[in-house]
Amino acid sequence: MPHIALPEGFPGISAGFTYRPETAKPMRELAHVLLHEPNSLTPGERELIATYVSSQNSCYFCQTSHGAAAACHLGDASIVEKVKADFQAAPVSPKLKALLAIAGKVRQDGKLVTAADVEAARCQGATDLEIHDTVLITAAFCMFNRYVDGLGTWQPRDPEMYKQMGRHLAEEGYTAPSIRQPVATT
Amino acid sequence: MPHIALPHDLPGIRGAMAFRPETARPLNALVEVLLTGPNTLTRGERELIATYVSSRNCTHYCHSIHGAVAAAHLGGDEALVKQVKTDFTQAAISSKLKALLVIAGKVQQDGKLVTAADVEAARQQGATDLEIHDTVLIAAAFCMYNRYVDGLGTDQPDDEALYRERGKRVARDGYVTVSEEYLATHAHATGH
Repeated sequence: MPHIALPEGFPGISAGFTYRPETAKPMRELAHVLLHEPNSLTPGERELIATYVSSQNSCYFCQTSHGAAAACHLGDASIVEKVKADFQAAPVSPKLKALLAIAGKVRQDGKLVTAADVEAARCQGATDLEIHDTVLITAAFCMFNRYVDGLGTWQPRDPEMYKQMGRHLAEEGYTAPSIRQPVATT
Repeated sequence: MPHIALPHDLPGIRGAMAFRPETARPLNALVEVLLTGPNTLTRGERELIATYVSSRNCTHYCHSIHGAVAAAHLGGDEALVKQVKTDFTQAAISSKLKALLVIAGKVQQDGKLVTAADVEAARQQGATDLEIHDTVLIAAAFCMYNRYVDGLGTDQPDDEALYRERGKRVARDGYVTVSEEYLATHAHATGH
C-alpha cells in the first residue's frame, strides 16, 4: 500500500515517475545512459549488475524488471537466477565477476572498495570506464531501490507483466515509459 | 587516492563528473530539481535532509558541501547544521522537518523500513504527499551520490573554508550552473 496518493495501476517506479515527472526525467536519462547506450560492457552485463544489486537490496520490483531485461538481452533467464544466487559460480566472464564483487561492496558502502578489488578487475581486463560505470550503476540502483520501496509502491507478482517490461527496456531503453497507462490491479 | 584516473584538480564528485560528462548531466539535473526547484520545503530544509543522509552514510565530501549550502541558506548558521548531523531531535528546526528526517533516516538504511506510522507522524506535522515524496527521493538520491563519491575513492578535502565558499556559490547559482563552470574551466586547462 503506497504511503502517498500515487496514481493507481502503475507498478513500482512507474508510479513515482507518473506522480513526479520533473524528477522522473533525469532519473530516466541516467538509467538510459548507464544501461542502454553503447558501452564496452554489453547491455546484458550492465542489466546483470543492476539486477544483482537490486536482489541484494531485496527490492522485488527492481530485481524482477531488470532481471527480465537482462534475460532478454542474454537470451537466457537462467543466468540471471544463477547470478542472483551465487555470481561466483554463474556462467559469466571472470571480468564481470570481478565487477560484481566491486558492485557488492559499493552496495553496502563505497568506502569498502579496495585497491585490491580494483586491481583484480583490471587483471581481468576491466577499463577505468567499466569500473566507473559499475560503481555508478550500483550507486544508482541503491537510489532506485530505496525510491521504489520507500514510497511503498505496488509491486505486483505477475511474471508476464515483468516479461513485457523487460522486453520494452531491452528494446527501447529508459527514456520512454514502458507502462503508459494503468494496468488492472487485480 | 581515486581508484581510476580522475582529474587531480577536481575533488569529490567533481572529478567523477569531469571523467564522465554523459552521466554528469542527469546527475546534476536531478539534484537541481530536488534541491533548488520550486517547492513548499525551503532550499535550506532540503539541503538539511541531504546533509543528514550524507552524514549517516559518513561521506565527508557530501555532508561537508551540502552542510555548507544549507548553512548559506540558513543565514550562516553552521551550528544548526552541525546539530542536525549530531542529533536532529535537539535541533532548532520545525517538528515537520524532524518527522521528515525520521523518514529520510529510514530510507537511508532501507526503503522498506518506512512505516505507515512514520508517514502519519509527518502528516500530523503538516507534511504533504509531495513533501513526503521528495524526502524519500532526496534520501534515496544521496544514497547514490554518497556511494559514487566514496566508491571511486575520490579526494575528499578537509578544508572548511573551501566548502564554506563553494557552499555560498552553489546556494546562489545552483548545481547546473556551477558544474558547467568547473567542467568548462577543467576542459580549458587540460586542453580537452
